[in-house]
Amino acid sequence: MAAISYKNASCIYEGADKLAVDSLDLDIQDGEFVVLVGPSGSGKSTALRMLAGLEEIDGGAIEIGGKNMVGVPSKDRDIAMVFQNYALYPNKTVGENMGFALKMRGVGLEERNRKVQEAAKLLDLTEYLDRKPGKLSGGQRQRVAMGRAIVREPQVFCMDEPLSNLDAKLRVQTRTQIAALQRRLGTTTVYVTHDQVEAMTMGDRVAILKDGRLQQFASPTELYDHPVNAFVAGFIGSPAMNLFTVPVASGGVQVGERLVALERDQLTAIAAAGLDEVTLGLRPEQLEIGSADDDGLLVQVDLVEELGNESYLYASFPDREIRAIDGTSATIVARSPQRAPARIGDTVTLRKREGTAHLFHPETGERIGA
Amino acid sequence: MSTTTERGTDRNAPSTPAPVSRKRTWGPGSIWSLVAWIAGIAFFFPVLWMVITGFKQEADAYTSTPKIFFTPTLDQYRGVLESGIGTTLANSAFATVVSTLLVLLLGVPAAFALSLRPVKKTQDVLFFFISTKMLPVVAAIVPLYVIVGDIGLLDNIWALIILYTAMNLPIAVWMMRSFFLEVPSELLEAASMDGASLWTSVREVILPLVSPGIAATSLICVIFSWNEFFFAVNLTAVQAQTIPVYLVGFITGQGLYWAQLSAAATFAALPVVLAGWFAQNKLVRGLSFGAIK
Repeated sequence: MAAISYKNASCIYEGADKLAVDSLDLDIQDGEFVVLVGPSGSGKSTALRMLAGLEEIDGGAIEIGGKNMVGVPSKDRDIAMVFQNYALYPNKTVGENMGFALKMRGVGLEERNRKVQEAAKLLDLTEYLDRKPGKLSGGQRQRVAMGRAIVREPQVFCMDEPLSNLDAKLRVQTRTQIAALQRRLGTTTVYVTHDQVEAMTMGDRVAILKDGRLQQFASPTELYDHPVNAFVAGFIGSPAMNLFTVPVASGGVQVGERLVALERDQLTAIAAAGLDEVTLGLRPEQLEIGSADDDGLLVQVDLVEELGNESYLYASFPDREIRAIDGTSATIVARSPQRAPARIGDTVTLRKREGTAHLFHPETGERIGA
Repeated sequence: MSTTTERGTDRNAPSTPAPVSRKRTWGPGSIWSLVAWIAGIAFFFPVLWMVITGFKQEADAYTSTPKIFFTPTLDQYRGVLESGIGTTLANSAFATVVSTLLVLLLGVPAAFALSLRPVKKTQDVLFFFISTKMLPVVAAIVPLYVIVGDIGLLDNIWALIILYTAMNLPIAVWMMRSFFLEVPSELLEAASMDGASLWTSVREVILPLVSPGIAATSLICVIFSWNEFFFAVNLTAVQAQTIPVYLVGFITGQGLYWAQLSAAATFAALPVVLAGWFAQNKLVRGLSFGAIK
């Protein structure tokens, strides 16, 4: 077990004009479960592969347990990796797959078998030890890949989207199993995913990457409550935060014909930045759905998602002038804690509940105010 | 149960059209199977005829209406064995086995490097390999003859071994490469994370996976070297004569010895058929069974 630290680490692929990972700084504590998350091409997998020694560190350094890993081949880093496609050895049985690393380290047959048995018991694989991976289901293969990693008792686990080949139900189930297993073993884990729900539910801390750059590294709740920029705000949360660029008015921001009131320190921050426009961010649950003659933003319902215990209304403004951050005319999502109170085509009002709206700089996307 | 009932119904009511079972229908399927049978027989018949002719006396073998009924004899097969086919079989076997081993020794690592560890010029290298097959052998035979003569390897089996190795190497590299490409590169990465050296991961993980490919490639090399005629007829005489050259010896100025030629040809074909039969098991096994999702 060991702490990991990325120190200004960069990686560039041959022939590319942009860094795949650009000066990444991350300090991961011993025993921590850290999730790297981001859209495709964000460099999250590359960052993980740099740690594992499968990708060269072209700038900066990565330290594991205080030792610089630049130039150290992956076989000497004492890291176990779980691959997206599991990469099980097809010609070896489950037991041989799990024991291979121990065999490579010269561990005797007896001890090897004991450790494999232990891990198999932990992962409910005991009856499959003599089978070849080809004869297993997707979920079982995933567990074998996990088993192969934990048998070794490595310093660090690297996991590269290990759940993306499973079906939705199994994914949720395995998600909790992996998180519980990691807590039990206490092994420092770096986990890559593009799924923000996985990131939120599994990680002690989550690092959000975009275009090879770290956006924010914080606990899931911190990310949700205080996103440092509009990208993080839009990436974390499902459905995504409503973000639109609106003009500043006295006491708040002007959304169409309605004024959304802001807190005093937010107004001060806007004034300090000298902005006449800001990006307003409201999470779907920050909006209360009312009837057409209530006070609030007047919108027309385009789509209703009924989930049984809650529902989401997707609506658009009659005023097409309101822009989303990508410049298209804005739509808005609101969550209702009960069955949907409206139907497609209805006109409803959305009122901001108590609490702070998120504000971002319309150009840089940086957070404004607390 | 139901079959019996159906049959019973048929017997009781012969006037009603019996439900036609699907297998007996003359549809497009059976036409194709007929075509397949005809094609199969067309390909197999000459081989069968060759084996049969080997059991005939020369007089029976050379009749204008082919004789189907005759008294079989082992004279021709015995005669061929006594006339020294053993040396040529041994020559062919030696050239084939050694050149195939050399091809595998050189070609498998090359294919590995060109597929799992590609570099910028990989495509060019591959093209170079295959381009060596583009020059007609006839165009190269005179310089080859001179070179082989200069290094004193005329009528020496090693000349053929070198040439067969060179001849089969490009094909082997291309074939093996396509098998290596099927191996997910994550397997090598996984092995290296597990602490295996490159050599260990190749031996423990990659080679078992591509063994059907190695079998297929070997078989191709064996067939090509065993049947090779042009180099052999030009570069060997007595000492290093191989089986295809030996077979031609039956076509003499006095005429064709059909029965004896057939017996000798049967002997010549046997090792390749056996090799194919043994390799078959390996060949049909799928390449990646469960490496990927």
